[in-house]
Amino acid sequence: MSLRIVVCVKYVPDATGDRKFADDLTVDRDDVDGLLSELDEYAVEQALQIAEEADDAEVTVLTVGPEDAKDALRKALSMGADKAVHVEDDDLHGSDVMATSLVLAKAIEKTGYDVVIAGMASTDGTMGVLPAILAERLGVPQVTLLSEVKIEDGKVTGRRDGDSASEQLEASLPAVVSVTDQSGEARYPSFKGIMAAKKKPVESLELDDLDIDADEVGLEGSWTAVDSAAERPARTAGTIVKDEGEGGKQLAEYLASQKFI
Amino acid sequence: MAEILVYVDHVDGAVRKPTLELLTLARRLGDPVAVALGNGAADTAAALAEHGAVKVLTADAPEFAEYLVVPKVDALQAAYEAVSPAAVLVPSSAEGKEIAARLAVRIGSGIITDAVDLEAGDEGPVATQAAFAASFTTKSRVSKGTPVITVKPNSAPVEAAPAAGAVEALAVSFGPLATGTKVTARTPRESTGRPELTEAAIVVSGGRGVNGAENFAIIEALADSLGAAVGASRAAVDAGWYPHANQVGQTGKSVSPQLYIASGISGAIQHRAGMQTSKTIVAINKDAEAPIFDLVDYGVVGDLFDVVPQLTAEVQARKG
Repeated sequence: MSLRIVVCVKYVPDATGDRKFADDLTVDRDDVDGLLSELDEYAVEQALQIAEEADDAEVTVLTVGPEDAKDALRKALSMGADKAVHVEDDDLHGSDVMATSLVLAKAIEKTGYDVVIAGMASTDGTMGVLPAILAERLGVPQVTLLSEVKIEDGKVTGRRDGDSASEQLEASLPAVVSVTDQSGEARYPSFKGIMAAKKKPVESLELDDLDIDADEVGLEGSWTAVDSAAERPARTAGTIVKDEGEGGKQLAEYLASQKFI
Repeated sequence: MAEILVYVDHVDGAVRKPTLELLTLARRLGDPVAVALGNGAADTAAALAEHGAVKVLTADAPEFAEYLVVPKVDALQAAYEAVSPAAVLVPSSAEGKEIAARLAVRIGSGIITDAVDLEAGDEGPVATQAAFAASFTTKSRVSKGTPVITVKPNSAPVEAAPAAGAVEALAVSFGPLATGTKVTARTPRESTGRPELTEAAIVVSGGRGVNGAENFAIIEALADSLGAAVGASRAAVDAGWYPHANQVGQTGKSVSPQLYIASGISGAIQHRAGMQTSKTIVAINKDAEAPIFDLVDYGVVGDLFDVVPQLTAEVQARKG
């Protein structure tokens, strides 16, 4: 029996660009190049490693996003994923995490899965709650924030390094897994991989295909509303001194003046 | 007055500071009802009452420690159903966010994470958040269901506000998902004796310029002189010089201390995402062109191996 792995990925604005909000207070996607969220590359990598260990496995990458989001899917396919699912619908614009997770959960169920793998957070919204929400929606165990993950004999095991302890976790499949940037360096797509990706199937789905009403998603249908977004005022230029032997003492003087000492 | 459910983060009954900060914010919205779970839950009552909890709901069961997250969600949901609160507030730890997220799904509510401030509004609580590596400040609210909001440490002062804090046992029945993810082993992190990174009032961080694991002793010595937590940039962590648990940045911890001292850190976007909301920022770097100097209140262009030990000695001397 084949192991069906679905990897949820997100197309995000490049963090090194000048990210901002559009007039409707959604993320402005026009002025900054998008890419596969860096933290999702770790999820793709772990999915590929798990697939390589399994006798028979299939890795499907899934995203919800506009036309451009295909770029994120192509990257994952060129790394080695087998196929892709793209949920694209004008009514999705402005969906928050609850709305997006609803779409992802329905698409995952439609695709069929034994394990869902996600990154620890997106690099734009950075909430870090999507994997737990998906587990709740799908009614399966969550095995999240793993720095090490293994799938064997219908079980997923892994290590979760928390603030106060490091835990070993175990759950039966099906399950939702998320991995951190400590799980292992993501591979670069090879030239062969990039060429092969062009021929791999990308399935397109709309809300109708998933039996989701337009009023459950998008800006209006979301569970949260952003009322304002203001650019942080530029910091007033600080004092900068060159160390000529007394830099540490000068800094101590500053810290004392600010009552930190 | 409306009741506000506050999830309590505690270690064997000792309430952690972010929960006391949550009580300050909860009092702006209504009467805080605290929910404490697990070993020592009832021992939290005195501290919670001292900071404004009108009621403390407690539950303990082996499931809280033996399985991941879901038993706590079951309990918080039981509290939610018993109280019918106007909002649910949870500390923004990794676990807190997951508990809040699953509860939000169950009760059909929206969720806001990593709020840095909270005010009462006409349509429910208004949350302030930092977006895009803290280059934007947003104000948001939950528009469907009972607001579930997680709040970052250091977002509000801890204020004494004595209240009844009556302890009540919370009846919890665990659902079929509660035992889905078993914790088969747990290794407690060794205590360094330093404050918790995300909660600390002062954070001293080292980066690429520290140039070796052994040199982090210089950073630690400065931190200890100031009673600070130690942070590290991704470059330093990736090089294996300092543990990932101390990483400040996009893929590590987000900190918001009163004072942040960056040593040998250039200030790439990855790092800025984790520290830009610090109240006062100080940097020490050899490279006068390093982007970190755009953020600082006070910067020293110089070799950290000269500046940091001199600063440490001076702090120690001034503290006598």
